[in-house]
Amino acid sequence: MNKLSLPGLLGLVIRRDLMLAMRRRADVLTTLIFFVIVVSLFPLAVGSEMDLLRKMAPGVVWVAALLASMLSLGRMFSADYLDGTLEQMLLVPQSLSILVLGKIMSHWMLSGLPLVLMSPVLGLQFDMSGQALLILVFSLLIGTPVLSMIGAFGAALTLGLRGGGVLVALLVLPLCIPVLIFGTGAVIAVTSGVSPASNLSLLGAFLLMSLLFTPWVSAQALRISME
Amino acid sequence: MLEVSDLACMRGEQQLFSGLSFALKSGELLQVQGENGRGKTTLLRTLCGYIQPSAGDIHWQGKPVQELDEDYFADIIYLGHLNAIKDELTALENLHISSALSGCTINDSIAKSALKRMGLRGRETFPVKLLSQGQRRRVALARLLINKAPLWILDEPLTALDVGAVGLMQEMIGEHLLNSGIVIFTTHQPLEVAGVATRRLTLT
Repeated sequence: MNKLSLPGLLGLVIRRDLMLAMRRRADVLTTLIFFVIVVSLFPLAVGSEMDLLRKMAPGVVWVAALLASMLSLGRMFSADYLDGTLEQMLLVPQSLSILVLGKIMSHWMLSGLPLVLMSPVLGLQFDMSGQALLILVFSLLIGTPVLSMIGAFGAALTLGLRGGGVLVALLVLPLCIPVLIFGTGAVIAVTSGVSPASNLSLLGAFLLMSLLFTPWVSAQALRISME
Repeated sequence: MLEVSDLACMRGEQQLFSGLSFALKSGELLQVQGENGRGKTTLLRTLCGYIQPSAGDIHWQGKPVQELDEDYFADIIYLGHLNAIKDELTALENLHISSALSGCTINDSIAKSALKRMGLRGRETFPVKLLSQGQRRRVALARLLINKAPLWILDEPLTALDVGAVGLMQEMIGEHLLNSGIVIFTTHQPLEVAGVATRRLTLT
């Protein structure tokens, strides 16, 4: 019988959530399919004018990613809340913040990472250049974890409330605006021949800031919600 | 070990109890009694730190629990109305995860022997959703056999259990008290542990 270390706890929570998701694959697929459908609707609705599509592409992909990540936020804590597992998690003797970080990371792997991997394929529909695609993928790679982290905070605050799913979107979407601006900004910069470095560094700064604060803040929010 | 002094708790606008004081030493068993809605669960959840009391203090080994925080969590096991087990996972996986979350990793043979003692032999690798309510409760209770935390806080541990399992539960509580543990529980069914005087606290 060994006491679990902090990295051990992080690994355990991630493994557990991934294992649960693998036994309930539909949840993971809905986010991805929603993302694919929303992005694909635009060329159909706007028409096939290449110039227009190319200009719209970063914004469309980013907004779709933002909306898709909202879909799965409700599930982040609610399943554990309903069967009492969350109650037990609050009594974790190591650190609740680390446990929450584990949940955020597994949430990102299941809802953010598939979007990142799918985005170059969708970018092709918009006739994006290779370089723009690369920056799009990279900006999503830095940006989507931030969405998961801000989302975790919102999901923790609205836990157990009626209509929590809609409420969490209303709470979280405005907070995600900076990520959206700099994420699309990076791709727009590269297509207009400017270096995307400043946009990407700001995204990176958001990532570090939220990595530092959101697990702790979400843990406190969970304690308040469970009272 | 556990001292509660002048504890009061509010739920919404309603004062559930106030001026509650008691102390428990190792090896003692406390049953919290009271009609429905008197605050039994609230008291237990307050002792676990889920709910902040509106007045009064809880001390564990001489220190206030708010200060001990996570060190206190390592010393308690809480079993609530909900089983805290995952339907998609097997009994074995559930036990591994729940005991790791409460602070200790175990190997398969310890987990299996705990499940065997709970009467779940041969059911270890079934997804829990295929088990009956009573069997799920047994999976949740198996955690008590593994964790070495001294303070057990059990909210209606006997729900859905059959006569055999109730007997087993009495045996487990008896053993835990012999190992200088403390048990606080609520129940509406009779639960007597041989050789131990049950202290009773009635909420009115």
